[in-house]
Amino acid sequence: MTSTTQQPLAESVRVSVGIREGIVRYGFVAVTVLLVGYFLISEPNFRTSSNLWGLLVYAAPVGIAGLGVTIAMTVGGLDLSVGSTAGFAVSLAAWTMVIGNQVGGIAIVVVLIAGGLIGLLNAALIVWARIPDLLATLTTMFAIMGLKLVLVDGRSISSRMTLEDGSTAPGRFTDGFLYLAQGKIGPVPFPAILLIVISVLVWFLLERTRWGRLLYAVGANPEASRLAGVRVGLYRSAAYVAAGVLASVAGLLLAARIGQGDVSAGNSLLLDAVAVALVGTSVLGRNVPNAWGTVLGALLVTVMVVGFSMMGLPYYVQDVAKGAVLLVALLFSYTLSTRRATLPGQPT
Amino acid sequence: MSSPVTTPRTGTTTVSVRGVGKSFGPNVVLRGVDLEIAGGEVVALLGANGAGKSTLIKILAGAHPDHTGEILVDGEPVRLASPSEARARGIATVHQRVREGIIPGLTVAENFAFDDLAAGGSGFVVRRAEVQQIARRAVEVLDLGWSDAVLRRDVATLGISDAQLLVVARTLLQRPKLLILDEPTSALSSAEAERLFGVVRQLRADGLAVLLVSHRLGEVDAIADRAVVLRDGRVTADVQRPLSWSVILPAMLGASAEGLKATVLGEEGPAPDEQPGVDAEPRTGGAAVARLRGVRLLGESPPLDLDLNGGEVTGIVGLIGAGKSELAHGLFGSAAWPAGTVEFPDLPRAPRSPAEAIRGGVFLVPEDRADQALLPGWSIERTLSLPFVTKVSGRLGVLNGGGERHRATTVIERLGIVARGPRTELNELSGGNQQKVVVGRWLVERARLLLLDEPFRGVDLGARRDIGDQVRAVADAGGAVVVLSADVDEVLEIADRVLVLVEGRLTLDSPVLQVSRDDVVRAFSGEVAR
Repeated sequence: MTSTTQQPLAESVRVSVGIREGIVRYGFVAVTVLLVGYFLISEPNFRTSSNLWGLLVYAAPVGIAGLGVTIAMTVGGLDLSVGSTAGFAVSLAAWTMVIGNQVGGIAIVVVLIAGGLIGLLNAALIVWARIPDLLATLTTMFAIMGLKLVLVDGRSISSRMTLEDGSTAPGRFTDGFLYLAQGKIGPVPFPAILLIVISVLVWFLLERTRWGRLLYAVGANPEASRLAGVRVGLYRSAAYVAAGVLASVAGLLLAARIGQGDVSAGNSLLLDAVAVALVGTSVLGRNVPNAWGTVLGALLVTVMVVGFSMMGLPYYVQDVAKGAVLLVALLFSYTLSTRRATLPGQPT
Repeated sequence: MSSPVTTPRTGTTTVSVRGVGKSFGPNVVLRGVDLEIAGGEVVALLGANGAGKSTLIKILAGAHPDHTGEILVDGEPVRLASPSEARARGIATVHQRVREGIIPGLTVAENFAFDDLAAGGSGFVVRRAEVQQIARRAVEVLDLGWSDAVLRRDVATLGISDAQLLVVARTLLQRPKLLILDEPTSALSSAEAERLFGVVRQLRADGLAVLLVSHRLGEVDAIADRAVVLRDGRVTADVQRPLSWSVILPAMLGASAEGLKATVLGEEGPAPDEQPGVDAEPRTGGAAVARLRGVRLLGESPPLDLDLNGGEVTGIVGLIGAGKSELAHGLFGSAAWPAGTVEFPDLPRAPRSPAEAIRGGVFLVPEDRADQALLPGWSIERTLSLPFVTKVSGRLGVLNGGGERHRATTVIERLGIVARGPRTELNELSGGNQQKVVVGRWLVERARLLLLDEPFRGVDLGARRDIGDQVRAVADAGGAVVVLSADVDEVLEIADRVLVLVEGRLTLDSPVLQVSRDDVVRAFSGEVAR
């Protein structure tokens, strides 16, 4: 008798757990698909193929910086300096070309090296000086923002601008550099290609190589990793360097899109990048930072932003929507998921 | 009742524990414990790691309300559902970590008054005069003689023993009936410990019941009126003063005289399949794999020389704080000894990091599975391959999923791990199966030196036997195996050579065939008599 009365109960418990896991796992995919469907039907402009590629173009800087944050999160950290690193990259690229009169290729190399060095600074503060990751990268964030303003005297740098001594700046944004944002291969815009390529590379690194495996190990339990022979400091450092480099790539895309060294560029990138990485953590219910999740998060945020602006909603509504998405993602990851997780702020 | 001979010396029985049991999942920690603690009596609670002492204390402190059995205070059954309820019933606990009991940044006086402040009884505004008054009362309780100037100092400026006294005094302000002291001297020097025990004697004279948990047998000998021994969640001895160590130590360390002898000598022992990992012919070792010279394991311990030999299982018995883990981590390169060197004849140099140790075939199964070996959310195959991830990845670092799967399947079969498959997450496994995975990952590659720190803690007999067999196979293949444990039974079952480690000193080193239970006990109690 007891078995017949208990069976339905157990069944219903299992079903409710199943539903909860299903929502946690596929909720964001479903919301993204529904939103895209809704905008496709209701907004004719949304349908044009240039706009669909445009979504990827728009998502590229956020997605790439978000992939950097994702890598920092795999080692159990968080990088708050990605936004200012991207902003610094915008100004540094402009400065190298316009003031330094260098070609775009040189500017790109300089910016990538600078991004790596900023990552190395973060690594030194976190691994060597043992400053908690949030505080260390917050410090770097302010320092880099200040450094950027020092570099450009607090001004936006544009091609052939007039300098303080009345002369004209020797250089300009080269066509090769602008190709980063405006170039196309066939029908596909270059930023979209870059986003896809970098996503695949980061996915491959994290899921299919031993380095990715060890990055996750360090994030899951640093002490157990150390005792299993993992060089924990090295992997944590490498993660922050990768985050710095990817943030500077995002900055290069922004600079090429704007076509000038806008001092305010990159400022909003931090919250978006961290948000999509956190959203990505909850996507597919894996509850660990992962490349596909982050890209999907970036696409979801982009679809919302683009769709809402087509509907004529004011820009600040977008921030409310982004906040709501992030809140839901965090509830999925921290509250609803039954899986144990590697998440920022989580005691290990 | 396990202690029919016990009659309280003075006062009335204040706290009775009757048939208390507690399990964590499938892991049974307490199996029906009976204990009477009377006013005016200092009772020492003894037992090796994992015997159930901390669980019993936590139950008394109200941290585990879901235990079985009952607890009576002055003959009246009570339900200790929370720490504050336990305190309200007159059971006060001073926990092991002194620094967790004080709040740095507050003054000494504010720390004395903290319980009142936290309780919110004093209202929103902290009244200095009131705080000072509570503090003075606390100082009087223990006769500490601290001046107002001391009370105004930041509590962080107090030494560890003063901080300990502060916590005790604060606890006593609540006028408890039973005071539980959990390893109160682990951070104190002997002079500081003596000072604390002066206070304990005074409290006993005032009719307080004291339950003392300590691994320092010398101080138990000095202060306890009675000793209660726990082993595997049961009371195995309950003796009155004068404390007979020839009764207490076997009860603590396991096995009756006959049983121990039988295990060791193979005389009329239990059937072979009931004896985990016993090798009929213990072997003597081959060439030394590691030579320790002048190694000081603990800050104050004397230098120690030791050769660990290939082809044999060396069992090292020691209580907590004896230096077992220090020995293991020093060999593994994950921590440095205060002094001394180790030479590995077959390696270019002694490992300076775990990574180097693993490359050289020196492996460690660390003591604390959850903190030092498990990765949350990781599957069996991932956990197994982590130390040897280069072996399951090709050039360019690309992981070879098939090789990883194969490795996991092999270990699962060899150790008889009960799991749905190699991709099962470790947190879905029982403790014994988790331990098999953690040990098993070192069994695929050839080991030069395999160190196992408490490998059988929280592991059932079957798993213990499976692990023991595989560990034995490592020694048969020529590797040196070192099993470190607080449990004599476990060590005698598996070892060819038995060492006893007491506070960083070796007090016994003998082939297992030549060692008797008396030798092992003497190796511990020699220390007690000191």
